[in-house]
Amino acid sequence: MTSASTRRGSKLWYLLLIIPYIGVLWVPFYNSLQPEFNGIPFFYWYQFLWVIISAVLTWIVYRATE
Amino acid sequence: MNWTALTVFILLFAVVTVLGFVAARWRRGDLNQLHEWGLAGRRFGTVVTWFLLGGDLYTAYTFIAVPALMFGAGAIGLFALPYTIVVYPFVLMVFPRLWSVAHKRGYITGADFVHGRYDSPALALLIALTGILATMPYIALQLVGIQVVIGAMGFNGTGWVGDLPLIIAFAILAAYTYTSGLRAPAIIAVVKDTLIYITVIAAVIIIPEQLGGYGHIFASIPAKKLLLATPPAGSWGAYSAYGTLAFGSALTLFLYPHSVTGVLSASSRKVIRRNTALLPAYTFLLGLIALLGYMAIVSGVRDMPQYAPYFKQYGPNFAVPALMLHSFPAWFAGFAFGAIAIGALVPAAIMSIAAANLFTRNIYRPYVQPNCTEKQEASMAKLVSLVVKVGALAFVIFLPLKYAIQLQLLGGVWIIQTLPALVIGLFSRWLHRWALVLGWAVGMASGTWMVAKLHFAGTVYPLHIDGLVVPGYAALYALVINLVVAAVFTVVFNALGVARGKDHTAGVDYESE
Repeated sequence: MTSASTRRGSKLWYLLLIIPYIGVLWVPFYNSLQPEFNGIPFFYWYQFLWVIISAVLTWIVYRATE
Repeated sequence: MNWTALTVFILLFAVVTVLGFVAARWRRGDLNQLHEWGLAGRRFGTVVTWFLLGGDLYTAYTFIAVPALMFGAGAIGLFALPYTIVVYPFVLMVFPRLWSVAHKRGYITGADFVHGRYDSPALALLIALTGILATMPYIALQLVGIQVVIGAMGFNGTGWVGDLPLIIAFAILAAYTYTSGLRAPAIIAVVKDTLIYITVIAAVIIIPEQLGGYGHIFASIPAKKLLLATPPAGSWGAYSAYGTLAFGSALTLFLYPHSVTGVLSASSRKVIRRNTALLPAYTFLLGLIALLGYMAIVSGVRDMPQYAPYFKQYGPNFAVPALMLHSFPAWFAGFAFGAIAIGALVPAAIMSIAAANLFTRNIYRPYVQPNCTEKQEASMAKLVSLVVKVGALAFVIFLPLKYAIQLQLLGGVWIIQTLPALVIGLFSRWLHRWALVLGWAVGMASGTWMVAKLHFAGTVYPLHIDGLVVPGYAALYALVINLVVAAVFTVVFNALGVARGKDHTAGVDYESE
């Protein structure tokens, strides 16, 4: 890859954005109480965790495609 | 009457009123031009846009209704979380392109873009009408947020005296929106979001302490509410409902005119791109707010006699105000109520501006006054912003609340039908303009039909596929029908040689800085 195209960033980075959809839209995977985290059921802390993961992935894609 | 809370509330309200009028001078521009009044001259940087979009998308109604749903129905109410998680990757892929082409071509509304892209005034008119139709009940619902907190402070008179505080609040809002345009909600959004963050951070620290910690709160919620019901045999049950509500709502959110207005007022493409990674802070906040519904259950406010008349009047929507009154000293409850009420003013202002932009640009100018000057265009928009607010106010005062809620549910089903023209149009012009019109019509009709079959009480339609029941968000199902019709008729119209019109945009417009 030439330096110019590295700087512009590959469109392939956008594929990372699919990950949050898989993470939170497949509901049966996380509709459970266990494993708990400090008394918080899995269903809840799992989705809160994805807020952060998704924001980080979005930031990475934003930077990489700048 | 809760005088301490009321005093704090009125003080906050006075501050934002002053700010609303002062905003006219902020980043000064000629407010007799529509792009200055209605888009604040496209001058907002990353921070202001963060506040503006945050204040715009996470409305006061959301702050009341999401915890109310958790309070009443349990886990299903948390779909607001995956919804506002997956919306931002979508926005990053799509909406910088809208910003770029709009900036390059001077578009102020989504319908402007559709007009230019497809050379079709008819399609643009339909997009504009759909936007206005979906926005009106949404504005009305913002008033509900104000109504509930005003009621919570002891103003629960009947008749027009009972509505007086609401009328005053809206008259003030209308006045500064008229004079300052989008600058007013932008500057107020900074205050509002600061108040909301303080309130929520205080709430999620203080209240769980009073209630014995998060572990104890979750342990006290009935098992039936804590998780989604396991689907019965032959159905995907609550799983597909939860997933499609989240996904469909995420597709819908940025199609609303007030979202488009927020996007187009940014000063650069980069501002939008960067904000897709920063706005999830509000999503986290929303998740915490949702949990207030559970805290309200555990605190037992429902069965306290002093709150009984309010629950009777406002239903589960009173859960959060009751929790605040119960858990906080009066002055901080007033602070929290101020945050919620001001939180209603920001989106209500932006929504009315967005509807005014649509009416002026895509109905008034092409159909009523084709030769209007820039000044006439801006004056018309200001006037329409007033009319829209009076309409929303009348709606809330004269009609039962359930109509506003039902229309807002329908609004989501309707606005998603603009996705093929608006979103796909940003990437490809393959779909034929008349096929898009047909797809829109069939999508609107089928979506409305599904919601009617549910007696307008909800939007989760039980789709039967070969013996399997897949309950899902009606908006998404109707969108699929819309897309199929649009694709099939594109092939048909192309074969018949129906004119495709001229594209007034160029490929490079969509990437321009």
